Amino acid sequence: MRNRRVENLLIKALLWLSAMGVSLLLLAVAGYVCFRGAGNITLALLTEEERFLEGTAGLLPAILNTLFVIAASLAVVLPLGVGAAVYLTEYAKNRWLVGAVEFAAQVLSGIPSILYAMLGALVFCRRLGLQKTLLAGALTLAVMTLPTVLRTTQESLKAAPRSYREAALGLGAGLWPMIRTVVLPASADGVVTGCILAAGRVVGETAVLLYTAGLSMAMQNFSGIQGLLHASGTTLSTALYVYAKERADFASAFAAATVLLAITAVINLAAAAVGRRVRRV
Amino acid sequence: MGRGSDRAARCLFFLCALTTAAALLLIAAYLILAGLPALREIGWKDFLLGKIWDSAHAEHPQFGILPLLLTSLYGTAGAVVLGVPLGVLTALFLSKAAPPKLAAVIRYLVRLLAGVPSVVCGLVGMTVLVPFLRERLDLPAGDGLLAAVLVLAVMLLPSVVEMSEDALAAVPRTYEEASLALGATEAETWFRVSLPAAGSGVAAAVALGAGRAVGEAVAVLMVAGNAANMPSLLGSVRFLTAGVALEMGYAAAGSLRQQALFSIALVLFLLVVLINILLYLARGRGARP
Repeated sequence: MRNRRVENLLIKALLWLSAMGVSLLLLAVAGYVCFRGAGNITLALLTEEERFLEGTAGLLPAILNTLFVIAASLAVVLPLGVGAAVYLTEYAKNRWLVGAVEFAAQVLSGIPSILYAMLGALVFCRRLGLQKTLLAGALTLAVMTLPTVLRTTQESLKAAPRSYREAALGLGAGLWPMIRTVVLPASADGVVTGCILAAGRVVGETAVLLYTAGLSMAMQNFSGIQGLLHASGTTLSTALYVYAKERADFASAFAAATVLLAITAVINLAAAAVGRRVRRV
Repeated sequence: MGRGSDRAARCLFFLCALTTAAALLLIAAYLILAGLPALREIGWKDFLLGKIWDSAHAEHPQFGILPLLLTSLYGTAGAVVLGVPLGVLTALFLSKAAPPKLAAVIRYLVRLLAGVPSVVCGLVGMTVLVPFLRERLDLPAGDGLLAAVLVLAVMLLPSVVEMSEDALAAVPRTYEEASLALGATEAETWFRVSLPAAGSGVAAAVALGAGRAVGEAVAVLMVAGNAANMPSLLGSVRFLTAGVALEMGYAAAGSLRQQALFSIALVLFLLVVLINILLYLARGRGARP
């Protein structure tokens, strides 16, 4: 009896210890990055491009490129993912098809990003002639984030109350008007969560953009269709990789890492907040 | 707003769903078709079991991926062995033993760090872990398998904690109450009742983590040293993902070297599909009552 009580206490201590260890470890990683990076973040770093003559680093092009890649990939993946989710939950009667698409989405979400990088470089950059551009990177990332948007949308569509649908259909609405005016608005939270999660993956992705989006650190011109088609350069995460691995400029690398951490923290907390609202409804 | 628009919408949505399935089919077909020629030319056995990867040699390039394959397998296994127990224990703490407020704080922290980009983990590994290992263990260079395993283990932690906690939270409270009422201690209940009942969810967390570790490229590139040696704990090693990443820009289109990279990609893809099938099975078993 006494042994069991001791064992119980020991195991509780072990749980406390591992939880504290994990928390400390994660805090230490984030803390260290901010500690090394915060001192290097200046207004000039965030609002200028790098200048070789003065030898100053600048992250503004990388920040703008990041925003462009997020916007471009969401513009593709959002209609595609939401559309697929609507078909699977509202229209599809063939269970086999639903299962097949869901399995495809699951495998797609597990494919290593380096394979997407390779395929993106071959298909979008070479075959379709986009060269190494932010657009090619964004399209590759759209394929990569498709499962995320699909799954979150599907979950929230399934959660939309049956009574809403029946009420709309009972009032004589067709299937599509019912979906458009009742089901989609009721599950908007899930769609937003999906977008936020997809944006998070895009922000953190390095491998794909290293091989599809180019490595220029110069300001890109986004005006006009030509500008949008041909803009090419580093995002925050690829800039960080180039600074750390190719140039051994760790001051700039940690500054970029701190900005990146701040953005992912905001994205994560936003997703959690929207997610909580979904669950509460 | 008549039947016409209804049908158009249906068609459109069907196309979207089809695109998802088509994307996977195309990717799989492409990887298989592109990966087979080099396998045929080099030979399955020489490719998978060859111990020397020297693809850039001018006269006698050698394409044996055993060092890369073993590195990926050992690295993943090491990360899982280190990361999963720690993650599962933390999940147990969060769902059963922790004071609610503390659990909320830790959960917040884990959530916050679940999305830390792999390149940031690589950077910390490169600037903290590698120099530390170099000095403490008195190595010529600190980068290698051990550094990669440690970085991968840290990267796995958040998702293992989150998924295991979800699985533990889904265990019916009555199971635990029954166990406690029979006189089992709390620890006995957690380990003999809660964990086994959440087994399939925890297994799914492990499979997901393993899949991520196998597929991670950037963080591993930054800390593993990337020499294509047979794996040793402290030596410089090259992962399968790094093998693709390092040479992708240098291999001429259509060369045997490029085709061999496609074959590595195919091996990686098959590994991930295998892990996914295990994951699918684990989830399926959990879904049944």
